[in-house]
Amino acid sequence: MLNKIYDWVDERLDITPIWRDIADHEVPEHVNPAHHFSAFVYCFGGLTFFITVIQILSGMFLTMYYTPDIENAWKSVYYLQNEVAFGEIVRGMHHWGASLVIVMIFLHTLRVFFTGSYKKPRELNWVVGVLILGVMLGLGFTGYLLPWDMKALFATKVGIEIAASVPFVGGAIKTLLAGDETILGAQTLTRFFAIHVFFLPAALLGLLAAHFIMIRKQGISGPL
Amino acid sequence: MHRGKGMKFVGDSRVPVNRKPNIPKDYSEYPGKTEAFWPNFLLKEWLVGSVFLIGYLILTVAHPSPLERQADPTDTGYIPLPDWYFLFLYQLLKYEFASGPYNVIGAIIIPGLAFGALLLAPFLDKGPERRPFKRPLPTAFMLLALASMIFLTWESVVNHDWEAAKAQGEIREEAQFDTEAEGYKIYSEASCIGCHGNAFEGGLGPSLATTDKTAEEIMEIAKNGVGTMPAGTFKGTDEELKELATFIDELTP
Repeated sequence: MLNKIYDWVDERLDITPIWRDIADHEVPEHVNPAHHFSAFVYCFGGLTFFITVIQILSGMFLTMYYTPDIENAWKSVYYLQNEVAFGEIVRGMHHWGASLVIVMIFLHTLRVFFTGSYKKPRELNWVVGVLILGVMLGLGFTGYLLPWDMKALFATKVGIEIAASVPFVGGAIKTLLAGDETILGAQTLTRFFAIHVFFLPAALLGLLAAHFIMIRKQGISGPL
Repeated sequence: MHRGKGMKFVGDSRVPVNRKPNIPKDYSEYPGKTEAFWPNFLLKEWLVGSVFLIGYLILTVAHPSPLERQADPTDTGYIPLPDWYFLFLYQLLKYEFASGPYNVIGAIIIPGLAFGALLLAPFLDKGPERRPFKRPLPTAFMLLALASMIFLTWESVVNHDWEAAKAQGEIREEAQFDTEAEGYKIYSEASCIGCHGNAFEGGLGPSLATTDKTAEEIMEIAKNGVGTMPAGTFKGTDEELKELATFIDELTP
């Protein structure tokens, strides 16, 4: 039955080459922990992606309850945390995932750096990877404000002051992020929500696609 | 690949009629013990992923994510702290050479140089050598950066008063009430206020602002005690107790 469905689609769209391109590639011995245990360092990138997927899924569920306005943001998070079935687990996974993804992306960066894998011809993939790191830190920074509790508000105040201290364009960055030249309030929360939920994830998905296409094209770097 | 004349297509589409066989490539001629990603390696990768997921879920269940009380911009005494992975940047701003008039050094120049160097690493380190010890400068710079990040995070953690930080953010539900009310006078003159807080927000005892007990139940507890609260803590008259219990019952947070 499944084979027949596959053949029916394949006859019309010729998906076999696409599917083989995605699924069928070699895994060399030196990156396979089953052959050399020390090769577990090559797992960090995959684990980063794994947590990223969990972050996207848990984040989608969080937005079913979260309201990005200063009156209700904290209350909606409190309700989610204390009243909603498994709300504590979903929020907990998003909260801890945010930390774990930073840990994993950091370890992945160190692995690529110390194995010299960013050298020719993989320079562009390294640059894209560092941009992904930047986007991840941006997601961490904007997500921290969303519960609208004490630490969120005051940490963001400090963060925005730092952004404002950039020479020449600092004021513009501050207005762009906070929505106002002086006030950090309702406008800031909706901006951070939009950045956290739409702008940065869109950038992240594009960069991840580029990252994966490049590694498939070039193959994994050889043994040292 | 078939090209030129004689190609057959499905209908008027650009999809060729001849199907490609859906069989994995043969990796036996590749060097070493190369294996196919699908399905051989993916199965092992799922094992690693499952073990990781178990650890992740244990962490989630064991440590519920924190939530402090609702943001109050008027509380100027609050000492802010970013998430742990920004602590090293935050700590950097506390040193004399990177704060006050030199703030731009700590806030922009040092982090900017570090991030820029990381971004442009392949163009700064162009030699063909890949082993860390054969390219001492990049390795040394990275180790130095790592050591300073660990040191700064450590300094930030040990110099922060975590007890005070926990207390300053705690969720406290204070009741809205008239401090001139008879009920509050009785409350503050009796020993209740010591354990249940100035605004019924709780302390040693539970919050009375959020209790859903009725006046009768409150009178019962004040007389006979409950849990760690001993019997007979309320020393006043029955009329006063009734007044107090009704007052607490009508409190709204």
